[in-house]
Amino acid sequence: MKKRDRTNDSYPDRIFRTVTYCSAILIIIIMAALFIQLLYHSVPTIRRFGFEFFWSKQWDPVNLNFGALSSIYGTIVTSLIAMLISVPISFVIALFLVEMASPGIKRIVSQALDLLAAIPSIIFGMWGLFVFAPFMQDYIQPFLGKYFGFLPFFKGTPMGIGMLTSGLILALMILPFISAVMRDVFQMVPPVVKESAYGIGSTTWEVSYHVTMKYGLQGILGAVFLGLGRAIGETMAVTFVIGNGYTVNASLFDPATTIASTLASQFPEAVAQPIFKSTLMELGLVLFIVTFGIQMAAQWWLNRIRRSTGGGL
Amino acid sequence: MKKRPVFLRKMTDKMVKVVSIMAAFVGIFLLFWILFEVFMRGFSAFSPKFFMDISLDGENGGIANAIVGTVVITFTAVILGVPAGLLGGIFLSEYGRSSKIGNIIRFSSNVMMGMPSIIIGLFIYSIIVYNMGTFSGFSGAVALAIIMLPVVLRTTEDMLSLVPNSLREAALALGTPRWKVTLNILFRAAKTGLITGVLLATARVSGETAPLLFTALNSYYWPAEPCWQFWQFFSSPTANLTVTINDYAMSPYPGLNSIAWGASLLITFGVLALNISARIFFREEKK
Repeated sequence: MKKRDRTNDSYPDRIFRTVTYCSAILIIIIMAALFIQLLYHSVPTIRRFGFEFFWSKQWDPVNLNFGALSSIYGTIVTSLIAMLISVPISFVIALFLVEMASPGIKRIVSQALDLLAAIPSIIFGMWGLFVFAPFMQDYIQPFLGKYFGFLPFFKGTPMGIGMLTSGLILALMILPFISAVMRDVFQMVPPVVKESAYGIGSTTWEVSYHVTMKYGLQGILGAVFLGLGRAIGETMAVTFVIGNGYTVNASLFDPATTIASTLASQFPEAVAQPIFKSTLMELGLVLFIVTFGIQMAAQWWLNRIRRSTGGGL
Repeated sequence: MKKRPVFLRKMTDKMVKVVSIMAAFVGIFLLFWILFEVFMRGFSAFSPKFFMDISLDGENGGIANAIVGTVVITFTAVILGVPAGLLGGIFLSEYGRSSKIGNIIRFSSNVMMGMPSIIIGLFIYSIIVYNMGTFSGFSGAVALAIIMLPVVLRTTEDMLSLVPNSLREAALALGTPRWKVTLNILFRAAKTGLITGVLLATARVSGETAPLLFTALNSYYWPAEPCWQFWQFFSSPTANLTVTINDYAMSPYPGLNSIAWGASLLITFGVLALNISARIFFREEKK
């Protein structure tokens, strides 16, 4: 008499269940197919360049000699700049929203951040290329070059474009995502815990730093990883302002490239060359694997805090 | 714990407060700076020709074909992606709430939501464009549908989970079949949330560029000409706003740059209008 309940279902019900099951399973199939396709199409490059692909600086479309180092380096540096700027700012914005703002102001600021998140990335690219890059070239970069020029990062001609500009625009783009998740995490901290800290005479900052942050650390880590995932895969805005230079330079003012921007800007030339196309597929595969890992970390942290506080995120 | 003077503690507190208020306002300021620039530069590109002509004449042309193309591609993506997302969401909330397969699906869709859109473009290129031997608007729509799918799936699940169980039990007790309970009663109860989710997902994909670079590409002509020959949508590159912006922005001609700004204003306006109307709709119904 076991398992009767499901077979007892009427035919339409069984069909309905199967259809919904198939639709849900579709997402797993797509993800697996994505991985298999990228792997399959990057086999020629893997065969040809092997592991050397990852630390070769070469990028020579004429002789079909490719290495991923410049793209990987650019991706790491721009994401690092974006995270260094964006995480602390998101943290204080979330703090402002949860601890300080009145309900009216909180709603306005939250909605403004939602709108900022909704702006398509190509608009950030347009703004970056035509408005922000000239601003960087005229004011920020000469200033940095003048006073911090002794550092290798700020050497070279200010052209407005480069890794610094890209990193700053990335920071702006991921800011709303990180601060939204952090805001939700802060709101999950039980009021009793915070109130007891206030009760022994702590200031708002002390409560936030010693209580809220410690309590929500896992959630904050999850938020950081979510932002990192976005920064690494962001394409259009970066392609517009990074300058597409296939070199590895310490200077943040020099043209550089990221994995995503290499894919977007080199693809039109690569279509006719099988090995070039396969190179881009391997870069795509790298991006897929890295994003997958980051997302896994983010989900893991967020799931942990969700379980420990009982949902609501 | 180290003892610190009250004055210092209060100073730190004040400083952090000032910094966080400033951070919030810098964020808002940048939002308005971007919107302002897009509006000022984009508005000056608007003219009857801009909206009526196709982009064949470059600087002297318009972007009517791209507007139609973006609408058609997005609409096709909605038709492909939304039903699958809704049905998948039903499975997660009604049948797979805490089952193993449900958790795997939930995890996969969270991962897919964070997947860079350019990877989806590369994927669709390798399975559709590469095998069919031609770029097409349809392949672009498939790419956008895949981006929509996890978003719709997760919002559907969340919205259906909010419907109280007593409603399900009451309907089932009357002998209503499960599919009818879900489609006629739960969907009606969660209608607002579902529509909001679909609108937000649509807003998100209609501004996508990267996947279209690999699939729909761009064209100077109408998506199909004459318009009953709709199969051209499946067999030839289709003009769209975002790739037009990409192409024109990189051009050295100021006239084309200006058209790119006009297109940027259109797409920003469209995306934000969808986004805001979804939110207002959700809030109105909640009251």
